[in-house]
Amino acid sequence: MINLSLNQVSFSYSGTPVLHHIELAVEEGEMVALLGPNGSGKTTLIKLMSGVLKPSQGEINLDGSVLGRMKRREVAQRVAVVPQQFSMPFAFTLREVVLLGRTPFLKAFSDEGERDRRVVEQAIALIGIEELEQRFFNELSGGERQKAILAMALAQEPKLLLLDEPTAHLDINHQVEILDLVKSLNREQGITVIGAMHDLNLAALYFGRLILLKEGRIFVDGTPEQVLTEDTIKEVFSASVQVTQHPVTKSPHITITPSARQA
Amino acid sequence: MFARLKQNHRLLVLVALGAVLLFCLLISAAFGAESISPLDIVKMTLNKIGLADFSLSPAWEERNHEAILLMIRLPRVVAGALVGAALAAAGVLFQGLLRNPMADPYIIGTSAGALFGATIAMMLPVSFALWGFGLVPIAAFIGALGAVLVVYNLARVGGKTPVVSMLLAGFAVSSLLAAVSFLTANLSGKEGLMETVWTFLWGSIAVSGWNQIIIIGPLIVGGIVLARFFAFRLNAFSLGEEGAAYLGINVEREKLLVLGLGSLLTAGAVSISGLVGFVGLVVPHAMRLVLGPDHRLLLPAAALSGGAFVVIADLFARTVLAPREIQIGILTALIGAPFFIYLLRRTRREYAF
Repeated sequence: MINLSLNQVSFSYSGTPVLHHIELAVEEGEMVALLGPNGSGKTTLIKLMSGVLKPSQGEINLDGSVLGRMKRREVAQRVAVVPQQFSMPFAFTLREVVLLGRTPFLKAFSDEGERDRRVVEQAIALIGIEELEQRFFNELSGGERQKAILAMALAQEPKLLLLDEPTAHLDINHQVEILDLVKSLNREQGITVIGAMHDLNLAALYFGRLILLKEGRIFVDGTPEQVLTEDTIKEVFSASVQVTQHPVTKSPHITITPSARQA
Repeated sequence: MFARLKQNHRLLVLVALGAVLLFCLLISAAFGAESISPLDIVKMTLNKIGLADFSLSPAWEERNHEAILLMIRLPRVVAGALVGAALAAAGVLFQGLLRNPMADPYIIGTSAGALFGATIAMMLPVSFALWGFGLVPIAAFIGALGAVLVVYNLARVGGKTPVVSMLLAGFAVSSLLAAVSFLTANLSGKEGLMETVWTFLWGSIAVSGWNQIIIIGPLIVGGIVLARFFAFRLNAFSLGEEGAAYLGINVEREKLLVLGLGSLLTAGAVSISGLVGFVGLVVPHAMRLVLGPDHRLLLPAAALSGGAFVVIADLFARTVLAPREIQIGILTALIGAPFFIYLLRRTRREYAF
């Protein structure tokens, strides 16, 4: 069971307001994308939902508890985060990095046990990176690293997976791979997913619910068809686009035309 | 590269390193102005713990070897092992927490902070009979923790601790604290304090008897044991503070605890020996190269080999130019500083600006 709700949440970074009165509820099993231009507050919203940032005003509830009053450890036992990228100063192997996902479950002063090792193995198998297990994390490609981090997040056995532009630095084939994996985790493991996404078309392809942010407020929240219209994109991104249908999935597809060509 | 060790192999590694440390202690205890047979030392130890009843060589009685060993050599080599273990463990803690392989208690100013604290304690007109050696380590701890917090906050840029700013802040704070320590000692007019501070500045393991070791030994050993309990969570810090928070770590509290523990270990070492530089840099680095970065193995391994390293360095310090002694900090700097430069060159991408 996971139930996340934000009640009138506002947030400022040292006096500069970033988010205003966000009102939002996410149900178990949903796959929600946060969209919006840079600076619209996507990443901040993810950090608030992960509990590492605390709202300046308002309250976030996770499974009936106030997120800000929960212990970090309790939160991490339910919520895992995959950021844009992690840098790693030491030569840990991929498997060792995935094992870090067990950190919130280890008792103070003890090492991992049999069950922890099993969970790690399952996570690695589920992501399909067994053959990279003994490679050094630092020597992996961007896409492989992101898969490792996804496996680490999975080792947390999360109910809620938060993604902060997880495919921002990846080539298109890896973008698709990562999102395919996330989608299958959502479908098969029942993990609720909330992801800040940069690419509107990818978001429309993979996420059932889109939330479009504009200057720290929710501009529109709904299905891809409701959210991705020529009008909303014009309004939020100040860009003229054509919205057509994806030839295969029938989801909305955004086409950009260079302004020089426009009559 | 090196294949990773299985869990039961880790214990073997630690046992082997423990054996190396014991061997270094034995060799180092045997050599000096008066050579003692290592065999005699082993026999005596076995006799003392009641496992055997060997007869010792005639020199043992004739040349008073037992007294030399028990009252002079053993305290010194044990002190060396404690200093090395404490500095290496502190190095591992600082490096893991700051995600920075250059963080050494000497380089980031912790040692100078401890020196300053110790100087103040030695200057105070408190009867040593009353306080024993207790006041010096306490003041050294306060100084070390103060210095590390100052350096840490100075070096912090946008939630990160870049190598360059940490080295610069550490250099500035170290220099300032060393200068102030001298000045304080000078102004105090206390007899011998200037000389003591001067000796402390380049380090020396010249302990007299067991008094200091009885107080500081448990502090250092306890600190290392406690540090081992943080090891897994220190691994999580490799992903950065935000990553550690995502993994359920209360970052601010953990950071303070680890910095405090590193300061405690540094203070223990400095109270015995003054400033012995680069041990916390060279030893953890070598161990990380061979055993990998997992702090659960790295921390105890670095402590054991740090002990062995300083015991051997001290053996050289007191025998190479005998009967004169070289200060041990000079020896470790001769080894450590070039190594430090090598590390800087190798990681130059990180500190380019």
